[in-house]
Amino acid sequence: MSAHVTVTGDIPAGRPDAREVVLAARNVAKSYGNVHALKGVNFDIHRGQVTTLFGENGAGKSTLMKILSGVIQPTSGEIILDGSPVAFNNSTEARDRGISIIHQELSLAPNMSVRDNIFMGREISGPGGVDFAEEERQTRRLMAELEEEIDPLTPVEELRLGQQQIVEIARALSVDSRILIMDEPTSALSASEVEVLFKVIRDLTAKGVSIVYISHHLEEALTITDHAVVLRDGTMTAYAPRSDIDLEWIVRNMVGDNYDLGSPPATQLGQPALSIRNLTLADPAGGFNLVDGLSLDVHAGEIVCIYGLMGAGRTELLETCAGRLRPTSGEVVLEGREISHLSIAERIARGLALVPEDRQRDGLVQTMSVGENLSLASIASFTRGLFTQKRAERSLIDASIREVTVKTSGPDAAIGSLSGGNQQKVVIGKMLATRPRVIMLDEPSRGIDIGAKAEVFRLLAEEAKQGLAVLYSTSEVSECLSIAHRIVVMHKGRISAEFDSTVTKEKIMAASGESLVA
Amino acid sequence: MSDTTITRPAKKADFSLGRLLLEGRAFFALIAIIVVFSILSPNYLTVGNFLIMASHVAIYGILAIGMLLVILNGGIDLSVGSILALSGVVAGAMMQGLEIDALGVILYPPVWAVVVLTCLVGGLVGAVNGVLISIFKVPAFVATLGVMYVARGVALLMTNGLTYNNLSGRAELGNTGFDWLGFNRIAGVPISVIVLAVLAVLAALMLTRSSFGRWLYASGGNERAAELSGVPTRRVKITVYTLSGILSAIAGLVLASQLTSAGPTAGVTYELTAIAAVVIGGAALTGGRGTIQGTMLGAFVIGFLSDGLVIIGVSSYWQTVFTGAVIVLAVLMNSLQYGRGGRKG
Repeated sequence: MSAHVTVTGDIPAGRPDAREVVLAARNVAKSYGNVHALKGVNFDIHRGQVTTLFGENGAGKSTLMKILSGVIQPTSGEIILDGSPVAFNNSTEARDRGISIIHQELSLAPNMSVRDNIFMGREISGPGGVDFAEEERQTRRLMAELEEEIDPLTPVEELRLGQQQIVEIARALSVDSRILIMDEPTSALSASEVEVLFKVIRDLTAKGVSIVYISHHLEEALTITDHAVVLRDGTMTAYAPRSDIDLEWIVRNMVGDNYDLGSPPATQLGQPALSIRNLTLADPAGGFNLVDGLSLDVHAGEIVCIYGLMGAGRTELLETCAGRLRPTSGEVVLEGREISHLSIAERIARGLALVPEDRQRDGLVQTMSVGENLSLASIASFTRGLFTQKRAERSLIDASIREVTVKTSGPDAAIGSLSGGNQQKVVIGKMLATRPRVIMLDEPSRGIDIGAKAEVFRLLAEEAKQGLAVLYSTSEVSECLSIAHRIVVMHKGRISAEFDSTVTKEKIMAASGESLVA
Repeated sequence: MSDTTITRPAKKADFSLGRLLLEGRAFFALIAIIVVFSILSPNYLTVGNFLIMASHVAIYGILAIGMLLVILNGGIDLSVGSILALSGVVAGAMMQGLEIDALGVILYPPVWAVVVLTCLVGGLVGAVNGVLISIFKVPAFVATLGVMYVARGVALLMTNGLTYNNLSGRAELGNTGFDWLGFNRIAGVPISVIVLAVLAVLAALMLTRSSFGRWLYASGGNERAAELSGVPTRRVKITVYTLSGILSAIAGLVLASQLTSAGPTAGVTYELTAIAAVVIGGAALTGGRGTIQGTMLGAFVIGFLSDGLVIIGVSSYWQTVFTGAVIVLAVLMNSLQYGRGGRKG
């Protein structure tokens, strides 16, 4: 597939200009044995500008980031900092030269406060040990800059995911660096938080800080970037300034051909499969209800999208329906039968399946193989008497792998050997293997690349044609306007608007309570 | 990175000696122990000695099976040594006769009833562990530590610190035969070893072939994911601690029968030996990884090592040092095997 990659755009060739180009890569390649993760990458990072790396999972973005931040060393090629070649032996050396990184996976200590996390490892010393007052003051200033109302003394575990990401960003900002690498910094942020982050990025670039940005959220990245580097299968396929590119150009260079997230499939709408009636879930910590008297019907063969910001109550709604959380009041009805009192296992047996939001934490068992993960939710179907039947299990797994098109070396492969998109397909395949009547997916596209995203949606559309009721949540507007027949917008635990598939992005976003990103 | 489509690969291509040595480490360690001691002592490599050593291993082995189940679930059970002692004392008390004051009679239950009732007691104590941990969310370490003290205390209270020395029963009361477990042999193999083998096979079947086994591996690997996939994680947890309790009771019966006495101080620190066997057998203390075969090898490594040291006349203090070193080495190898896998970026 990577045989005929033609690089488009201007490839920097000569020595980088030390005044303007702070960091440059020249023919940087990285191999692990005979696996070539990166095959010769050339680009410049300009002072005070944003350079975005685009590419699907496995394209080599992470490898490149690790090389730039000193975590690993390139096999060949060189990194040129301020006009002279450098070789970092570890990330501390890179940090000392002014390069810092915000990792995609949060690296916070959940038991410690926001303040302690931000200054972890480089505490400010005062006369009597750590100067907590000074640390707290600086934390407050950072939070004000990021426009977040987070108290510096709050334990990180009490923050929602988006706020944790803000803390992670604040930590990187607290170190004055000249080059800041951001790996998917917005994956858990709401649109308004993204807007604030972008403002911060513009402030930083105005001060001369260079940003290296990675995001699966293409449109978002396009609004902020000055240069684009596109990778595919370890090869750089394009390098160009913002003025020369658009969304279509990026996608074409990333995946090689046109993509489409799909359109609502023509399905036969049946009886209501899932009815949520006046469902309320009180916040255990007090405050307003997480889900507030919400009612919603999903019909057989229908695809409904729930759009909302972080904290709108989407996850809580789906988890309450699945039986993980106990509702304060209201009922969940599956094909005419009340199921609110049933356990998770009983609900799955009746045909209600949930694909959770966080696949690492809630979706996969990392110690088990791909096959064992796929068959986990339907063990009963291949158990006869006391024992599981190997052959029945194997045919179920093989059927699943085919159905959801998991790319794997085989059912015995370790689950960790799959890419994010394929892991997500395993979680979906696991729940589809239970032959559900209704499938709920919480942010099914989180952290997976656009090709995998399109495949997931295509799969859901196929299943809906077979009469499955699909309910998925998302925080990306473009995903609402793909396969969903109906779009429900949630805001503070309630449905604030309901649209059909002809609605515009602007209307959806307005109903969710967020303002538009210019 | 390198996604291939679903072709069945001729795996084992990355076969290498280092990998083989690492994965089969418990097995190679056992072979090494046998070879070394056979050279050092002519008496070591005899059928008779092997059977004697195996009957010693039986006690630890039975405890280790229960411990493996608990560790697979991501927990730990510190109470097995105490449950073993309590079970022995309960069995001993029943062999002496159960006085029921209200009726003015003394009951002498037959041996089979003693065995069943003792297992029930062990299972009950284990279930208490399980309920504390799964329903009341007490950390496994603390819950079983508490139960360890309570069970030991109850055993001491029951006998006032003394030991039952007469477990043989009386023919006229029809309760003889308790020593069968510890002394008899079938085709030359001690009953205790047969008990261990049967329990190990049953446990291996349960782990690899039953849906319960799959639930156990899943909930040990990732409890939240297992729960959302419909695995009854609480029930799994209570069950493994109950099974661990029952297995401790069986070990207690075998030990009491071997020693022909039941004392409240039996089995002190046996829980640690059982944990060591499981760890040497390659199980991960974080849960979800481990096999019966490995655990059995681990139990035999510990048993054959300490018996070998006795045979060649090494001081028992040195035995403690050696056992400790083997355990640390085993954990080191475990982290080599599981720690390297690194996640994808």
